[in-house]
Amino acid sequence: MAHDPVVENPWEWLNAFTDARIGLGRAGVSLPTSKLLAFQLAHAQAQDAVHCPLDVEALSSELTQALDLSEAPLRLHSHAQDRATYLQRPDYGRRLNDETREHLQKAAASQQRYDLAIVVVDGLSALAVQQNSAPFLGTLYQMLSSDAADWQLAPLTLVEQGRVAIGDEIGALLNADAVLVMIGERPGLSSPDSLGLYMTWAPEPGLKDDRRNCISNVRPAGLQVEEAARRFFLLLKEARQLKLSGVKLKDRSEDDVLEGDSASGSTRNFLVAD
Amino acid sequence: MAQTYHTTVGSRSYRFANLAELMAKATPPRSGDRLAGVMAESAEERVVAQMVLAELPLTTFLNEALIPYEEDEITRLIIDDHDADAFAPIRHLTVGDFRNWLLSDHATSDVLTELKAGITPEMAAAVSKLMRNQDLILVAKKCRVTTAFRNTIGLPGRLSTRLQPNHPTDDVTGIAASILDGLLYGSGDAVIGINPATDNVAQSVKLMRLMDEVIQKYQIPTQSCVLTHVTNTLEAIEQGAPVDLVFQSIGGTEATNRSFGFDLSTLAEAEAAAQSLNRGTVGRNVMYFETGQGSSLSADAHHGLDQQSCEARAYAVARKFKPLLVNTVVGFIGPEYLFDGKEITRAGLEDHFCGKLLGVPMGCDVCYTNHAEADQNDMDNLLTLLGVAGCNFIMGIPGSDDIMLNYQTTSFHDALYARRVLGLKAAPEFERWLEEMQIFQDVSTHRLNDQLPAAFANSLRHLPKEPRHGT
Repeated sequence: MAHDPVVENPWEWLNAFTDARIGLGRAGVSLPTSKLLAFQLAHAQAQDAVHCPLDVEALSSELTQALDLSEAPLRLHSHAQDRATYLQRPDYGRRLNDETREHLQKAAASQQRYDLAIVVVDGLSALAVQQNSAPFLGTLYQMLSSDAADWQLAPLTLVEQGRVAIGDEIGALLNADAVLVMIGERPGLSSPDSLGLYMTWAPEPGLKDDRRNCISNVRPAGLQVEEAARRFFLLLKEARQLKLSGVKLKDRSEDDVLEGDSASGSTRNFLVAD
Repeated sequence: MAQTYHTTVGSRSYRFANLAELMAKATPPRSGDRLAGVMAESAEERVVAQMVLAELPLTTFLNEALIPYEEDEITRLIIDDHDADAFAPIRHLTVGDFRNWLLSDHATSDVLTELKAGITPEMAAAVSKLMRNQDLILVAKKCRVTTAFRNTIGLPGRLSTRLQPNHPTDDVTGIAASILDGLLYGSGDAVIGINPATDNVAQSVKLMRLMDEVIQKYQIPTQSCVLTHVTNTLEAIEQGAPVDLVFQSIGGTEATNRSFGFDLSTLAEAEAAAQSLNRGTVGRNVMYFETGQGSSLSADAHHGLDQQSCEARAYAVARKFKPLLVNTVVGFIGPEYLFDGKEITRAGLEDHFCGKLLGVPMGCDVCYTNHAEADQNDMDNLLTLLGVAGCNFIMGIPGSDDIMLNYQTTSFHDALYARRVLGLKAAPEFERWLEEMQIFQDVSTHRLNDQLPAAFANSLRHLPKEPRHGT
């Protein structure tokens, strides 16, 4: 022990309170070998996750069942034909390919207006979408159906090789007042499964990010689906009332603060306990 | 006014339709310019464009705006604020001569400081396109940009860090644990800065209070910042929240900034509001900006310019509001803009050089995402190069892993590596604090204390030890 080149950190046990890589210890001022290799493994797994394709078939039947849909979700595809193109051409990922656009136009031929279109997109983590879509939508559908107001939902859509803005085109084609895009966020080392939610009022192609509201990090170890659905629903109601979204619509969900262990606004923590 | 540019190399003749095209084609290759369709079509065309650019008088950039004056408030800012007297010593130079002049013995730190108000972003971008990486490093090293709030950042021989204790649900204990880890590794002199998990005013105020309490209790000579939208911070100030620094992501075109939901008047209002709080002790720089090549293209607001020229224009926005910190988040945007480690490295050095030349207190988020062709080795290289170049600050995050933003940046360990190998130190006020708190055994040789310093050992007694997870 006297000559152990690795100095452990006496506060290492704090890692029970966060997934952040704290208390790693050090060799001199550098990472110990075991921590170095743990990082390299996580990075290798995240890189692999980016390239794993969405199992559309499985997700489609899971959502049909879980949400008790009368028809399976509409399957759409962006203009990016494969992952390599997708990574280098975000513009392709923001619009539908011709074939599925026609498909969607036919489905929307009734000219009926909808209150909300929900668009599930693979994004940069198919895993996130595969894992979190059904639980989130199950909760949200419940909230919508038990709300005093009536919420007309457009047909659910699933998109492959898509970016956030593809929801604008889909929402517009479906005559929806608002669109919710549920998309796999880029995988982090500790979170290859993080889902992002983007809400836009009055969607139309060409909108900028300042028209969207975002709720991120929806995953079992992050923001729970119940809380995410609650926050989204409040945003949606406020958007419908004010007829806008984005930076002009601040996220003022009820208690207004987001915290893992309690819903209070307390800043109490061990560093300033006395 | 707008002219076309022609030249012939061997049997081939080249034509560049305007200044924007010439600038774009003279730019070292990167995926974002390919995406925008403005990149040189061959390696030869790129060098030819650089040769034509080298012959261009610097005054061209005062007479020919890349984005029309009438259409863009950033262009108006650049032209209206240009200091003709400061420009006088280099007024007669071409872009190629300007490179020689910058590298020359005549261009000392003092001379470069006098010059900065006379340089426009486009001049800086143009000359950078002719420079090799070592030129970008050498000239940036000569530029001095020092700022202050509760400590002094950017002094020669110093490398500061932003302690970035992000947490995916903003859990206060999780954030406090990362802050403690960072402080005990000597991180946090540039700022303790949190990206909140969700953009809302009450949440931001809560995080501001959390950091303010920590800074006050341990008397840390540093500042805090919640990286929320500028309009949220303005609301927080109205509510009486303890705001040290106002954050905003900025771009180099009016349309980019509109897509971010603000304009120059918003920033002016925010700076005045933060100034009115008088919270700085050794200085009054109250703004923290982040930038990054590709943001204008991403917002479809690039006006056909190459992404590096757009980026340099963002520094005109930054310097208008006398920021404490400006951070180019170089690898965050993804492989469609900077494809791999080589492109990220080049962009990081360009941004640091252009910022410093224009008088902006430049730091760099040396980073990459998991969908880019880059890894820790690329980050080690860029970190070392920026340390040599005199970069004001870098990020510090536990184990390089941002568990909230899902990307990798420099760790607390990385900063100590750079300080040790390059003989750099923390900001002087902070360095004294590190010694007083016994965080280091010997701060001059970067030897950390193996034991938990007393003040922090006390605090940890307040926390129940839960079963450790992991090994």
